[in-house]
Amino acid sequence: MGLDKLLVISAALFCCGLYTILTRRNAVAVLMGVELILNSANINFVAFSHYVSRLIGGQIFAVFVIVLAAAEAAVALAIFLRLYATTGSVEVDMADHLQG
Amino acid sequence: MTGPADLVFYVLAALTVGSAILVAILPNIVYSAVALLFSFAGVAGLYVFLSADFLAATQVLIYVGGILILILFAVFLSNRISDVKLSNPARFHGQAAFLCLGLFGVLSYTAVSTAWPVKPGIVYQPSTAEIGELLMTRYLLPFEVASVLLLAALIGAALLSRPDGGKGKAVDMEEPK
Repeated sequence: MGLDKLLVISAALFCCGLYTILTRRNAVAVLMGVELILNSANINFVAFSHYVSRLIGGQIFAVFVIVLAAAEAAVALAIFLRLYATTGSVEVDMADHLQG
Repeated sequence: MTGPADLVFYVLAALTVGSAILVAILPNIVYSAVALLFSFAGVAGLYVFLSADFLAATQVLIYVGGILILILFAVFLSNRISDVKLSNPARFHGQAAFLCLGLFGVLSYTAVSTAWPVKPGIVYQPSTAEIGELLMTRYLLPFEVASVLLLAALIGAALLSRPDGGKGKAVDMEEPK
C-alpha cells in the first residue's frame, strides 16, 4: 500500500477507460469508458486527501463526482434511447445528423 | 501495515485493474458490463483502504446498484438481444493500444518517481460524520446546486426518453418506432 501504488492503479483504470472510448463504436460501451475514467479520478482524489493533505475535502469532491456520474448516466441513457428510436442503432458513427 | 492487509490490497487492485482491462477488450457488451461491476466493487474496496468508509458505501450503492443497472438497461433496450454478441464492434485497436500503453507508462513513471509530500503516520478514522457536517456548512452551496442538477437531470431524462421527444402528451406513450 502506498500513494504511488494507488496512482498506478488509477492510471491503469484511466488508460483502460481511454482505450474503451477510443475503440468502441457502441455508445453504451463509450459510456462505460467514461465511468472508468471518473472512477480513476475519484481514486486520485481520495488517495491524495488520505496521504498528502489529511483533509476530508478530497472525499467530498469524490462524492460530487459520483453525483455527476449518476446524472450523466441517466441523461445518456435517455439520449441513447432517442438515438435508437431515430436511427435503429446506438453506434456513435451513426449520430452525424448535424454534419452538413 | 503488512501481512494479510497487503494481500487483500493486492487482490483488490488486481480485481479492479483486471476487470477494467476486460471491460476494454471483451467483445460482448453484456460481459463488459459485468466486468465493469467487478471493477466498481474493487474500487469500493480500495476506498476502504483509504479510510473513506462513507465513499465505499456510496460507491456500492450508486455505482454498483444504480449506474450499472442503468447501463444494463441501456444495453438491453438498445440492442436486439439475439444479436447482442455482435453489438460491440471496435476499431483502431493498434493506435489506441499504442497510445494507452504509452500514456500508462508515462503516468505510472511519474507516480513512482515523484517524491510526493506524504505525511507520515497514516491514520484511519471514520469520515461519515465529518462529511455530513461539511456538506451542511462549508460545502452547502455545491450540495444544493447538485440537488438542483439531479432534479434537472431527472426531468430532462424523463422528457427525452418519451416518444416525440417530449412533444406528445402522456396519453400517447407507445412503443418507440
